[in-house]
Amino acid sequence: MALERDKHTAQRALLTLHEAQLLELYRRMVLIRQFEEKTAEMYARGKITGFCHLYAGEEAVAVGAIYALYDKDYVVSTYREHGHCLAKGADPKVVMAELFGKVTGISKGRGGSMHLFDQDLRFMGGYAIVGGGLPIATGLGLSVQYNEGPEVVCCFFGDGALPQGAFHESLNMASLWKLPVVFVCENNFYGMGTLVQNAICQEELYRFAQPYKMPGVRVDGMDVLEVYGATMEAVARAREGDGPSLIEAVTYRFRGHSMSDPVEYRSKREERIWQERDPIKNLRRKLTVERHVAEGRLGEIEAEVARQIDDAVKFADESPEPSVEELGKGVYAGS
Amino acid sequence: MPQLNFIQAINTALAEEMERDPLTFLMGEDVVLGAFGATKGLIDKFGDKRVRNTPISEAGFVGAAVGAAMAGTRPICEVEFASFFYCAFDQVCNQAAKLRYMSGGQARLPITFRAVFGAMGGAAAQHSETVYAQFLSVPGLKLVVPSGPSDMKGLLKSAIRDDNPVIVFEHGALGRLKEEVPAGDHLVPLGKAAIKRAGDDVTVVAIGAMVPKAMKVADKLAKDKVSVEVLDPRTLIPLDEEAILSSVGKTNRIVIADEGHLRGGAAADIAAIVAEKAFDSLDAPVKRVASLDVPIPFSPPLERAAVADEARIEAAIREVLGS
Ligand SMILES: Cc1ncc(C[n+]2csc(CCOP(=O)(O)OP(=O)(O)O)c2C)c(N)n1
Ligand SMILES: [Mg+2]
Repeated sequence: MALERDKHTAQRALLTLHEAQLLELYRRMVLIRQFEEKTAEMYARGKITGFCHLYAGEEAVAVGAIYALYDKDYVVSTYREHGHCLAKGADPKVVMAELFGKVTGISKGRGGSMHLFDQDLRFMGGYAIVGGGLPIATGLGLSVQYNEGPEVVCCFFGDGALPQGAFHESLNMASLWKLPVVFVCENNFYGMGTLVQNAICQEELYRFAQPYKMPGVRVDGMDVLEVYGATMEAVARAREGDGPSLIEAVTYRFRGHSMSDPVEYRSKREERIWQERDPIKNLRRKLTVERHVAEGRLGEIEAEVARQIDDAVKFADESPEPSVEELGKGVYAGS
Repeated sequence: MPQLNFIQAINTALAEEMERDPLTFLMGEDVVLGAFGATKGLIDKFGDKRVRNTPISEAGFVGAAVGAAMAGTRPICEVEFASFFYCAFDQVCNQAAKLRYMSGGQARLPITFRAVFGAMGGAAAQHSETVYAQFLSVPGLKLVVPSGPSDMKGLLKSAIRDDNPVIVFEHGALGRLKEEVPAGDHLVPLGKAAIKRAGDDVTVVAIGAMVPKAMKVADKLAKDKVSVEVLDPRTLIPLDEEAILSSVGKTNRIVIADEGHLRGGAAADIAAIVAEKAFDSLDAPVKRVASLDVPIPFSPPLERAAVADEARIEAAIREVLGS
């Protein structure tokens, strides 16, 4: 059973990772959480407009999976991608500036919250078309294979993407051609207001791996170490040329689908149950109880991140808007 | 007459038509919950057989609507944002549009598609596009672009009763616009333009959200003694050419305002028709006001600069008037 095995890999990670590594996982999750909380605040104050989807609650998935990658590996995400982008190493300043629509933003203010992109970081984009990122990830893998490179592609998408043809077409090609892609499905049970079992005939999503002849596992997406362990295995397999894998990370978004979602489709009780499984509290508990990390050390990390986030907001706020004269630039190469 | 906004007008039209014809049913993502408001509450009236949530499978459910229509029902299919039509292009353009003709007129395709389009403030490139031009050169489809609640209700009801695949494009920024909407059987025929404001000096053909913008400009210019005629074609296929040509015949000047891109857009199409058929009555070159040929940017000032606005409509009018 997939779940049992991954509890073991999580336990192994807890015992074998250096304290500094575990603290880094903690720091990244705290960074994402605080970033998203600040984003909500800035949205409410009108500093951020438009479509905006927060990742709070799901931090363990992005952080655990991306920690299993090298810097040169590629990441593809969705419109709910602030967390993946930060976990890949983006400076919160340029991410916040993008949300503010500023020219200093990671996509120069052209993309906004849903279209973060950083070629140097190999963060290959947030895609607002559900399922749109999967063929792209497959193609990145194709190029890596073509160039006989060592890189791996890690592709994040929601449960809502599974009914798309693009999901099935991508898994088929990736498996057929043995491409180095790790497909990470963030199953947070909802696609907007629709429950996963009302959208997909097979709600154990990792089982879609089997018809496409690749390994499929379901992991606890509220446990960063479990996600990390499973991704390490999938990445090793991809890097060795043995092809793609599918990881289903079971998780929960603490907030609404977007900033304008009144969340009418789930109960407060359900939300409370998941909040008790908060991935950050989860790791905090493990660190203090099983690795005897001092509470104070974690508090320092939180304070340091808070300063970083304040700096990010200041930077975003003080940055200039893109110039209207440059509106037409960048549509074509060489422009 | 009740005052309704755009969204309420859609909701009313859907409820009335579903009441009228038990073969109509609604399908689309999250239509049960109806988060955008247009389908809200219909589940309580019509039940889950007639208000059906679909998975996020645009190619699949759009194609399924086509098949369902062929077997005798009249699906009303919501595609949320019109940009998602790209995921279902084959089903719309290769199947729905062509099946009747390819089958020698046998296949029946009474389908209504509804989708939100246009720049609405920070929705960025993959949610803000004006995509109807992409369907203009696909014979077999009808394209409807209402500009206000009253037309919305009347056109949507006609679309639902039409025996062809009809796409109703709803501008996302018109949601809160309110006006009086006739109760009950208010039908606006497809293919009939509306003169939204009569005038003598210049014709402004305005599409969708450009209509309220053109009206504001017309109000403003009236103070300068410029008399602007605002003509809303309401449907792009069929197109009321006669109304456009007769208006130009009167004013001898034309500006076409559309939110689509300049190249290959609806404005280009109408401009070509006017140039071809009314050249002799023109006192100035045909002028288009359209969005610039860039993907719609996220940044609010860039988005505003990219999308056709009142200032550009006014400048275009002044240009054709030589004033
Ligand atoms: C092709 C397409 N169809 C519909 C939408 C509208 N939409 C945006 S997000 C979303 C739900 C996606 O759910 P899921 O994949 O589970 O991701 P989550 O939001 O839960 O992270 C939908 C239907 C879209 N963006 N793209
Ligand atoms: Mg989901």
